[in-house]
Amino acid sequence: MSWVLANIPLLAERLLAHLGQAIPPIVLAFVLAIPIAKLANSRGWLRGGLTGGAGLLYAVPSLPLFIVLPIILGTGIRSTINIIVALTIYGLALMVPSASEALRAVSRDTLQSATAQGYAPFARFLRVELPLAGPALVAGLRVVAVSTVSLVTVGGVLGVPSLGMLFIDGFQRSITAEILAGIVLTAALAIALDLLIMLGGRLAMPWSRVRGEGVR
Amino acid sequence: MSQLLEAFSWLADPTRWSGTDGIPTRLLEHLWYTALGVVVAAVIAVPIGLFVGHTGRGRGLVVALSGAARALPTLGLITLFGLWLGIGLRAPILAFVVLAIPSLLAGAYSAVESVDPRTVDAARAQGMTEWQILSRVEAPLGMPLLISGFRLAIVQVVATVMLASYIGNGGLGRFIFLGLQLQDYPQMLAGSILVVALALVLDVALRLLERLLAPRGAARG
Repeated sequence: MSWVLANIPLLAERLLAHLGQAIPPIVLAFVLAIPIAKLANSRGWLRGGLTGGAGLLYAVPSLPLFIVLPIILGTGIRSTINIIVALTIYGLALMVPSASEALRAVSRDTLQSATAQGYAPFARFLRVELPLAGPALVAGLRVVAVSTVSLVTVGGVLGVPSLGMLFIDGFQRSITAEILAGIVLTAALAIALDLLIMLGGRLAMPWSRVRGEGVR
Repeated sequence: MSQLLEAFSWLADPTRWSGTDGIPTRLLEHLWYTALGVVVAAVIAVPIGLFVGHTGRGRGLVVALSGAARALPTLGLITLFGLWLGIGLRAPILAFVVLAIPSLLAGAYSAVESVDPRTVDAARAQGMTEWQILSRVEAPLGMPLLISGFRLAIVQVVATVMLASYIGNGGLGRFIFLGLQLQDYPQMLAGSILVVALALVLDVALRLLERLLAPRGAARG
C-alpha cells in the first residue's frame, strides 16, 4: 500500500498512457465494423468469409501480432501506433461478427414498412436499421472495450508504456504491490469503460430494454 | 522486409530443429503446458458448468464470472504468480487454469442450455433419471458448444503459454523473449510466426472437430 501511495504520479501517468492506447482501437473498431458488417450481410458467402476470418484472427496471440505488425506498417516495435493498429484488428475480429448479427436481427418487415413510408436506402439505414440494431451493437462494443483494455498491457513486454509496464517492472524488482496495483487498475479501467458504454447506450437509446447479458 | 527474410532463414536453419533448445522441443513444451492447463481447468469447470446448465442454479454467477475474467490482464496474473510461487511450473499453470476456467464453464453451461427443453421433457417422460438426461441427451446434443468452449480455452491458453515464457519457462515464447533480450528482431519474428501458426492450426482443427461431433439432426450452435 505504501508503494502505491508513494507512486501515485507514476500510476496516473501509466493509466493515461493506457487510455491513450485503448480508446482509439475501441472507437475505430466500432466505427469500422458497422460498414463492414453491412457489406458482409449483403452477400451470404461474404458474411461466412468475414465472420469466419474474424474468428480465426482472434485466435492469433497478441504479442506475436505486436511483433509482426511493424514489418507491415514500417513502424518501430515500441511505437504506440503499432499497438493501436493491432488492437483495432482484434476489436474488429470481435465486433464484425457481433455487428453483422445485430443488423441481421432487425426485422425485415420493419425495414419494408420504412421503405413504404418513403425512406431512401441510406436514410433508412441511418434512422431505422441502426437505431433498432443499437442495443445489440452496444453489447458487442462492451466486449470489445473490456478485451482491449486488458490486451493493452501486453505491450508492456516490449517496453511500450501502459499499466502493463507495472507488471514487468514489479516482477523484475520483486514489488508485489506494483503488480497488484497494475491488475486492479486495469480491471477497474475495463469495468469503468464497460459501465460508461452501457450507461451511454441507455441514454442514447431510451427504447432499449435491458435484455440481460446476451453475449457470451 | 529483409528482416522477414532473415526470420525465414532463421526458421530454415537445420540446427534450430534439434537439441534441447530446438524448435521441436519448445513446440512440445508449449503443447504440454497447454494440455496441462486445459485439463486441470476442465476437471474443475466442466462438471460445474454441466451442473449449472442442467439445474439452472448459479447461472448469474457463471455469466458474471466469464465477464469478469475478460477484464483480468493475463500478463499481470503471470507476473504476480511468478513472483509469489517462484520459477517453475506452478505459477504459469495456475495462471492458465484461472484463464481457461471461464471459457470452459460457459461452454459446458451453454451446451446444456442450448438443448430444446421439449426434448428434455420427452426424455424425462420416458422415465430417464436426471443423470441419464444429462449424460445421454443434453451432453451429446450440446457437444458442439462444449467443444467450442474447449476451443476458446485452448486458444487462450496457447497465447498465455507464450507470455509465461517471460517468467522463465519453456515453450515457443522462449524464442521471442530471447530475441527481445538480444535485440535480435529476426528471432522474435521467427518465434512469432511459430506461435501464430500453432494457434491457427489448433483453432482450425478444433473447429473441424466441432462439426464432426455435432450429432446428425441437431441444430448447430
